[in-house]
Amino acid sequence: MKIAVCVKHVPEGSGRIDPSSKRLDRSGEGALNHFDANAVEEALRLKGDSDSEVVVVSLGPAKAADSLRKALAMGADRAVLISDDAAAGSDLVATSKLLGAALAKESPDLVLFGQQASDADGAVLWAAVAERLQRPVVSQAAELTLDGGTLRVKRQTEFGYDVIEAPLPAVVAVSDAINEPRYPSLKGIMGAKKKPFDTLSLADVGVDAGDAGETGSKTEVLAFADPPARGDARKVEDSGGDSAQAILDFLVEKRLV
Amino acid sequence: MSVLVFLEHHGNELQKGSLGVLTKAAALGDSDVAAVLVGGGVKALASDAAKFGAAKVFVVEDDALEPALPQPRVDALAKVIQENGYETVLLANSVLAADVAAGLAARLDAGLNWDLVDLTSDLVGKRPALQDSIFVDVGWKSTPRIALFRAGSFDAAASGAGEPEVVEVSVDYAEHSQRAQIVGQELEESGGPSIEDADIIVAGGRGLGAPESFSLAEELARALGGAVGATRAVVDAGWYPYSAQIGQTGKVVSPKLYVALGISGAIQHKVGMQSSNVIVSINKDANAPIFEFSDLGVVGDVHEIAPKLTELIKQRKS
Amino acid sequence: MTRASDYPPPFNAREFVAEPTDPVDERIEVGVLIVGAGPAGLACAIRLGQLLAEHPDVAERLGEVPVAIVDKGKQPGSHLLSGAVVNPRPLRRLGFRLEDLPSYGPVHNEAVYVLTRRNALRIPPPPTMRNHGNWIFSLSQLGRWLAERAEEGGAMVLPETAAEKLLVSHGRVVGVRTGDKGLNREGEPMGNAEPGSDLVAKVTVLAEGTQGHLTGVALDTFGLRGDEPQVWELGVKEVWKVPRAPGGVIHTMGWPLRTRAKYREFGGSFIYPMGDDMLTIGMVVGLDYRDVELSVHDILQELKTHPKIAKLLRGGERVQWGAKTIPSGGWYSLPKRLYAPGLLLAGDGVGMVNIPRLKGVHYAVESGRLAAESAFASLQRGATPATSLASYDDAVRSSFINDDLYEVRDMRQVFGRGFFVGGALASAMTVSKGKLDLGKLRAEPDAEQPLLRGGRAAQYPTPDGKLTFDKLSSVFASGNKTRDDQPNHIRLERRVPKEVAELWVNLCPAQVYEVGTEGGDGTVTVNVAPSNCVQCGAITAKGGRLTPPEGGSGPEYTLT
Repeated sequence: MKIAVCVKHVPEGSGRIDPSSKRLDRSGEGALNHFDANAVEEALRLKGDSDSEVVVVSLGPAKAADSLRKALAMGADRAVLISDDAAAGSDLVATSKLLGAALAKESPDLVLFGQQASDADGAVLWAAVAERLQRPVVSQAAELTLDGGTLRVKRQTEFGYDVIEAPLPAVVAVSDAINEPRYPSLKGIMGAKKKPFDTLSLADVGVDAGDAGETGSKTEVLAFADPPARGDARKVEDSGGDSAQAILDFLVEKRLV
Repeated sequence: MSVLVFLEHHGNELQKGSLGVLTKAAALGDSDVAAVLVGGGVKALASDAAKFGAAKVFVVEDDALEPALPQPRVDALAKVIQENGYETVLLANSVLAADVAAGLAARLDAGLNWDLVDLTSDLVGKRPALQDSIFVDVGWKSTPRIALFRAGSFDAAASGAGEPEVVEVSVDYAEHSQRAQIVGQELEESGGPSIEDADIIVAGGRGLGAPESFSLAEELARALGGAVGATRAVVDAGWYPYSAQIGQTGKVVSPKLYVALGISGAIQHKVGMQSSNVIVSINKDANAPIFEFSDLGVVGDVHEIAPKLTELIKQRKS
Repeated sequence: MTRASDYPPPFNAREFVAEPTDPVDERIEVGVLIVGAGPAGLACAIRLGQLLAEHPDVAERLGEVPVAIVDKGKQPGSHLLSGAVVNPRPLRRLGFRLEDLPSYGPVHNEAVYVLTRRNALRIPPPPTMRNHGNWIFSLSQLGRWLAERAEEGGAMVLPETAAEKLLVSHGRVVGVRTGDKGLNREGEPMGNAEPGSDLVAKVTVLAEGTQGHLTGVALDTFGLRGDEPQVWELGVKEVWKVPRAPGGVIHTMGWPLRTRAKYREFGGSFIYPMGDDMLTIGMVVGLDYRDVELSVHDILQELKTHPKIAKLLRGGERVQWGAKTIPSGGWYSLPKRLYAPGLLLAGDGVGMVNIPRLKGVHYAVESGRLAAESAFASLQRGATPATSLASYDDAVRSSFINDDLYEVRDMRQVFGRGFFVGGALASAMTVSKGKLDLGKLRAEPDAEQPLLRGGRAAQYPTPDGKLTFDKLSSVFASGNKTRDDQPNHIRLERRVPKEVAELWVNLCPAQVYEVGTEGGDGTVTVNVAPSNCVQCGAITAKGGRLTPPEGGSGPEYTLT
């Protein structure tokens, strides 16, 4: 069985927007998106001791290789980095097209995603990629089991859990509650440097430059600004607990109670 | 401008979040607002949709659509959008809607801007970014435009009745859309919301003085229907479990209301809750940094104020 | 009189020495193991790469991984911090061209000021402080760059890896045991725990920097400590984005440090431009101070309120903060020998720092280079006798490292007599180029200084969040996001007299310590928040003991 995990290299700590390109400044140090570590871990658990293959795939600049190596150090077997200048600034439509094309070539039985990317907060890439691949998608997976060729997922919703079954091949986004990612062992870290690592260009993946990057994106960043200040900040001096009424009035005014 | 709003329902109720987005769509002015309802037995909800601003309601009713799975909904929405030429599609974020919006974007090769908190009448989306430390204006380069709004961005406001034009739509589903099936469900007993999902969080810090005083936070949270959080300092001191820790090395939350009891507001805590809609703080120290980013700051003894507030809230709710 | 040394930490070097315990086929074997990806360790790796490239026959004998460097930081540079104005010659000796190095350019101008509360009196730079020919670097950036060169040269760089124990077999160092990961507060493995590994090597080079954990263990285990104890300074610094950087390098003395001998406040500040729009400003204070209220972190905040300095920072923004100790005992505090069977010791870890010149990076680089040559020679000969690495010691003692340190050997010690007397003596020493022999002036260990309460805290500014900051904000600005449920890596006596607790609370720039409950007998409990720790090493100098936490923890410096 082949399991592909899509991972993202995200800026460490609080990122900054580069004022000239209006894109996230990715020039500093980065790390494996910690939600994706859950996906890598889940793939490794599913693999267990079998000879299934876990391939990690990423779309990013050359230094995204660091995150892919971290996944290899955890135990993934092979890494694929799609890296091309023309792909920089790709939005959801363009990114899903690129990843979809790369994944189609790999033809994995299962594609895993982490549930969110810490840099763009609340990414929804998995559903778009599943559409490109024409496969069933299940998100918010808190538990995942494979029975032969059928996937069984416990999916967390606002109302509780749904138990969903779908046949492979499928796409699943795992929640961070699903597991605790392992620390790579020193042997793993050292071995990672020798594992197969392919870097693909747009041409290798079969996507036109016009469908990638800013050109291929259907959304754009227009401007950025400081968050609106908390207007009307009020301060009250309490005396013997009398401010409780003032607090209640405030909450009622804001329709929070 | 023609706007289509995806309305989500649970049981027999339209979800507040999507009604809020519908209200916003109607307020954008000068637009034909339509809503789309997808599910089993949803026709009955059409007139409710009209109350919140939909002149037209597309109803895709099918028992097969009863389970809340996203992909058949992508088929349904794609059909409605393409047959009617809708240029702008709005959704309120939810576990379901997020998958629908992204699948739809790929299906139609349409731009999707998500995590929006507002949309101007000239269709500029506004969203926070980088852990809510910065705001970004985003736009679309083509139509249809898909906009996914952060939960709770808009309040639902009924603007009047009137019978909507109801259009029934039948959909041919893509083959892959029907492969996933719900085979079981567990509806959660409400033991109080988890911190991540809570609309209201009451958090306690060192100013509570002693572990026993955490009951002040718990009582207030119960009265408000919220979850309880804790700062790193009190978790370190063993007063409360790590699962409740909010901050740089704990959970990052953005509830509608955050009540901080005895919390000084060190930056490690601030980055975990600074994007809360409304922040109310109670602290004895008038110079506590938390007052710099609170909407309402109360300088006083949390032991006196919190119990009184809890009482007042209980009275009001009864 | 109370002294911190009366309350020693629960620490025994023996705990950190072990035989390899992993089954033989699970041990990780490398040729040369270097602990610490700082200037010394990286210079060693780079030089080894060059030598092994020239002698593939030796390289072959070293197996699949001829050279490995482990570092406890998240990545190379994460734990590196210095000024820094660096003498580039040893870097050129490694084969680098100055223009290829990631520097902020050569020093064009420099000025030295004696500060009072309101004024700055410019004085001619003392001969020890002339920086012509030196270049400005961020040590963290330089470390990252050198690590890439080391990897290009064939070394395997392994960050997020703490070297916890020295592996010793039959009296010979055979490698290190790396630390466990995934332990909880009580030290128990959690679900995803990963035990450490035995990392064995033919030669181990300890280049851990100031307060090096295994360096200290090795000095005790092999009886290598010099006659004089080591003493330290604590350096706390910030990096600022500013509208216009100063035109040259600035050093200050005097205010806010007090000049009376009884306080023993030795030190000064530095302000270096970093390009056109950044600067770094730092305060360095000897840890032999006596006032329990002294906080180097807050003295730096105070320094920034000086009108001339506030002016340099106006319109700017603090972008990074960090702290690290500097060994200042100089020549007398060097170990008796810099080697032991299977082991070489380099850089700041053994105190190769010239405090009067505020220089140490180039000695680290040179010592790393010499260590590589000695290790290589020994491996080439296939020599294994206990003294086979002695050539390193000879090489260092006949190098400029030794000459420079010898020249300034008494300078730091005289400042124990106060700024003015000290200044005069130091000038006399400089002029005589070290020939003025005052006889060995005893350095007392920092932890043995008698404590007093001198009212220092009254002068610290209230943080305004723009120019001045509180400690927790500073910890945040170091990039530290260590998980909170790790075991406590700081060894400390937890029940001490109040003055000692206060000493530690104020000493630590990262607010790790806190005065807890009172014991009723004049003692208090000391609370520890280890996840704040930026691993500066100050606590080790003054009564506690820092050990390495889980690999990857601590600060994530990039510009320091």
